[in-house]
Amino acid sequence: MSGTAHGTAPNTDPIPVRAPARGAGAANTTFAPGDTLGGAHLTRLKLTVTLGALAMVVMVSAIVAVAFGSVHISLVRAIREAHSPDRAIFLSVRLPRVLMGAAVGAALAAVGAALQALVRNPLAEGGILGISGGGALGAIVALVAVAGHGGGAFAVPLSAFGAALLSTVMVYRLAVVDGRLEPFTLLLVGVIFNAIWGAAIMLVNSVVNYYHVHDIVFWLMGSLEAPTYAEVATVAALSVAGLAVLLARARDLNLLSLGDEAAGELGVEVDAMRRLVFVATSVMVAAAVSVSGIISFVGLIVPHVLRLAFGADHRLLLPASFLGGAAFLMLADLVARVATAPTELPVGAVTALCGGPFFIYMLRREGRGPLAL
Amino acid sequence: MATAQHAPHATGHSAAANPSALRASQVVGGYGERAVLHGVSLEVNAGEMLAIVGPNGAGKSTLLRILGGSLRAWRGEVEVLGAPLGSLDRRALARRVAVVGQDNQVAFSFTVLEVVLMGRAPHLGSYHFESPADLALARAALARFDLTDLAARPIQELSGGERKRVFLARALAQEPRIALLDEPTAHLDLRHVADIFARFGELRAERGLAVVATLHDLNAAALYADRVLLLKDGVARGCGAPHEVLTEEKLREVYETEVYVGHNPATGALVVLPGAPRETRFKS
Repeated sequence: MSGTAHGTAPNTDPIPVRAPARGAGAANTTFAPGDTLGGAHLTRLKLTVTLGALAMVVMVSAIVAVAFGSVHISLVRAIREAHSPDRAIFLSVRLPRVLMGAAVGAALAAVGAALQALVRNPLAEGGILGISGGGALGAIVALVAVAGHGGGAFAVPLSAFGAALLSTVMVYRLAVVDGRLEPFTLLLVGVIFNAIWGAAIMLVNSVVNYYHVHDIVFWLMGSLEAPTYAEVATVAALSVAGLAVLLARARDLNLLSLGDEAAGELGVEVDAMRRLVFVATSVMVAAAVSVSGIISFVGLIVPHVLRLAFGADHRLLLPASFLGGAAFLMLADLVARVATAPTELPVGAVTALCGGPFFIYMLRREGRGPLAL
Repeated sequence: MATAQHAPHATGHSAAANPSALRASQVVGGYGERAVLHGVSLEVNAGEMLAIVGPNGAGKSTLLRILGGSLRAWRGEVEVLGAPLGSLDRRALARRVAVVGQDNQVAFSFTVLEVVLMGRAPHLGSYHFESPADLALARAALARFDLTDLAARPIQELSGGERKRVFLARALAQEPRIALLDEPTAHLDLRHVADIFARFGELRAERGLAVVATLHDLNAAALYADRVLLLKDGVARGCGAPHEVLTEEKLREVYETEVYVGHNPATGALVVLPGAPRETRFKS
């Protein structure tokens, strides 16, 4: 035993910071933003500046998105003249659609960032993990079941939510091997569930009457067509609420990148946290799917690009993805509206056409790096 | 090896000055239905270092998991600074006990400084920003493990040995009273092994940090630990000062191979070497 005779300082006493015994920074133990380590971690300043800049991007995207469309309107006339057709188109068609694009894109991108943290895999997102497919199936079943009975306004999103949550839980359960979440298994199970939900949707499609077929394609391909302001408000509220829940767990999500056990050893109640994040992301995906169908790849591309640009800290990545997703989907929907005007592309096709090749690129790139999972 | 010269209020009363930091009695535990530990007891005082040694599969890492709260013991008791382990929630435990496991992977490209700052998490709210004091602690931890120049580098660009040191620095930034280290010297070269134990020696002397480390390297255990716990098949086969536990007879029995135990002629330190019986030795 050592002959150590230590001070009997109470356990709660903060241990004074001593000058480091060695190393280049030995002379300076107090940290000031802007010194040599300034760029190495997230500061309040970096958070504020980044989110401010992204908010400006969202504003500009929104203005561009409402200014252009399949029909030319004058924004000036829409604002000045109360009874102009410009205002009618602006208020009843374009504005709700652009706002919905923002709300859905924000939700999907924030969900992508959170799920990627949760499974420690940058290839995860709502669509890949089968959540969107489950939600779409729930929406379609409700749509067909309650059609003509009224009450569809509530049944469809509720069914989408329930099915998305159920799908999440099933995928998650099947991906846990010996108490550990296996990222590769999770991706495979998610892909399989996506295929199963797709097949189930086709099954429903083939047994319902022709009247529903257009609606079903709408869910499968994703569209932001003709939302009501009530729908916009609901999705926006759920997206913001979901983001708030995720932000409250932002540091835990950072710690989770060290592994479940290490996160637990740093004070995270991993199982409880994971359940909470799964519920929150399911609510957000279900809200998005229930109004816009399956819009894939938003949750993949946006967080990935922002992580490369601004770092992996989820205190910044989550709100940045929220804003970036809003801007991205508003612009993608603009492309969907004007590219083949007067006909319209499904916005889900636009995002998939951007996202598919991007996904392959990432898969190849990650396969070679230390992120190979 | 730890000396009292840095202690601020040396009392000279060893019972009061060396309170028990971590105590385990008759711990039984394992995975699923399979018991790995069959009643292991240990005690580590503030400022002490205990090395857990033994062959592969002896239960060293399992014991560390139980002590760190990641695995629940089936039976037996663990006390952390006098409080039963079960009475502490994970955050409270993380403010007292830091764990550095063998797996030092990080899923996303956090910087070295960000990983070390994660050690502050149990002291901070979920969306709180690190205060200048937190950053100073992280910087001091980086400097202590010679990582200052790597602070802004993505953790994934580092070598295995550098990454291990980052995780040790993270544990230090956690300001624990007890550090549980699973093979802290794996992936490290000779100089860094000596450095790491020197740093932990300083920490033990400065702030009474108690260290429990699993070690494959019996020479390191002999050189740096105050006490050694020799495990085999989940049972303690010896616990005490290195010269009491690391004997040829015990090691031969536990490792089932011939062992030579002697002394470094230059320093007098205990030396353990593999030694085949005379008749099967290579002839040269």
